[in-house]
Amino acid sequence: MIVLENISKEFNSKSGKVKAVNNVNIHVKKGEIHGVIGYSGAGKSTLIRCVNLLERPTEGKVYINGVETTSLPLPKLREARNKIGMIFQGFNLLKTATVYDNIAIPLKLLGYNKAEVQNRAEKYLEIVGLTDKHKNYPNQLSGGQKQRVAIARALAQEPEILLSDEATSALDPETTDSILDLLLKINRDLGITILLITHEMNVIQKICDHVYVMENGYVVEQNNAIQLFTKPTHPTSKKFLNTISQRNLSPALISQLHVTGSVTRLTFVGESAGKPLLAGVSKKFNVQPNILTANIIELKNGIIGNIVIHLMGEKDQVNAALQFLDENGVGIENLEGQS
Amino acid sequence: MSRLEQFTDQWLPIIGKSVIETFQMVGISLFFSVLIGIPLGILIVLTRPGQTLQNKFLYQLSNLVINIVRSIPFIILLFFILPFTRYIVGTTIGVKGVIVPLVIYTAPYIARLMESALLEVENGVVEAYTAMGIKTRSIIWHVLLREARPSIILGLTISTVSLIGATAMAGMVGAGGLGDLAYRFGHLRYEVDVMYATVFILIVLVQSIQSIGNRLAARLKKD
Repeated sequence: MIVLENISKEFNSKSGKVKAVNNVNIHVKKGEIHGVIGYSGAGKSTLIRCVNLLERPTEGKVYINGVETTSLPLPKLREARNKIGMIFQGFNLLKTATVYDNIAIPLKLLGYNKAEVQNRAEKYLEIVGLTDKHKNYPNQLSGGQKQRVAIARALAQEPEILLSDEATSALDPETTDSILDLLLKINRDLGITILLITHEMNVIQKICDHVYVMENGYVVEQNNAIQLFTKPTHPTSKKFLNTISQRNLSPALISQLHVTGSVTRLTFVGESAGKPLLAGVSKKFNVQPNILTANIIELKNGIIGNIVIHLMGEKDQVNAALQFLDENGVGIENLEGQS
Repeated sequence: MSRLEQFTDQWLPIIGKSVIETFQMVGISLFFSVLIGIPLGILIVLTRPGQTLQNKFLYQLSNLVINIVRSIPFIILLFFILPFTRYIVGTTIGVKGVIVPLVIYTAPYIARLMESALLEVENGVVEAYTAMGIKTRSIIWHVLLREARPSIILGLTISTVSLIGATAMAGMVGAGGLGDLAYRFGHLRYEVDVMYATVFILIVLVQSIQSIGNRLAARLKKD
């Protein structure tokens, strides 16, 4: 559905050339939700703007539905853009137009007839739950409501793809959740493929099937959401994970605990989460597990349990216990203390 | 006969004629200034670096032209472009002769005011409409000009007021108007009443134009 092939984007700045995006490949299949996460300045905003060519990549090709859009002449590109909706952090609504007109005006400009314009405007206002606000002006709405109008506007062109440029970053956590639920609903009920960028890990957690982690213009790690949440490899991915679950213990504490045993992070995914494995460990081996931290992360496609334990016991017993857990599908990561 | 009646009998027709002349000059030159100034304003917004139609040459050229014209005081411009005025309208005197310099004086001013009005429109909205695949022409009309309407109205109000000021100098080329009346009768012939009357009419005129402009802008503004 969306294929970005070796995309690079260079900007000329006063201090010379800056490569905002560096050789990035992205492939979003129909009906999936993919997320790009990164700190500000990572290049993710430039990247998403390359998808509908608001930004022209310096190198690489963009394919939408199999058509290479990077080489299309402007009129054809406009047609291609009709099939790609976009929502923004700043909503970008017309301040001087009512909620209804904000949805109707673009449709009129795209050449739909009166009846169709009215049909669609009413239909999508209902989908986003703002039918009763159609006569209001944007400044009379809350941030979440404004984003709903923007979503309705994007949906009204009946796109196959929705691009979301930090759409929830200006919203409070509760509103963020309701907007994310709406995006999920759109994805599920209308089958719209979504590519979003964000700096909030909870956005990825709630709605993404696949994750790209970006830093300094590069995609430093990418994986499906469950894999990335269970086995992050890049330090930046780990940092982002720490923002939603307390994964770090202080190195001093770990060193202290290492004297009497090992400190290990256990990750439970899928069926391993259901078995009473920890209880089994203390019976089978001569070890005493002590839970230091524990949490559960609910992803779109599954649940992940995270436990950091201190296993007290003889070294061979501890190792045997860890091997037993490993064989039962538990993710194992030894935490090192101060060296 | 009271003094007031005497004054109105003697001067009302002359003042009335001057008011009409002023209205003529302001109306006609405002029309042409808007016709040139608004597109020029749109041009310098759209051709500036980073915009839809960015074009360094056009942007800098139009900026230069606007700045040059704006540097010349109207009284000097009036005489400076006499040959050009003759070339365009065939005469350099009367209402006809003053329209050309008035337009050349006002259009760049309007262009500058349009520029600042249009720059107030968030670029993100333009971007959102571009992303939907809407034509640049439609975006100019339905996004840029629409969103800038309140500031455009205020800008036009300011230009109208400054245009009224400029017409006062039009008397120099025999175009008449309120300024001419005040100068010729009020000043040169020591008819103090005429001077007071003219100033009073000008004050009322400017006040009303400004209030109408403010009210219109407020009605169009929705935030």
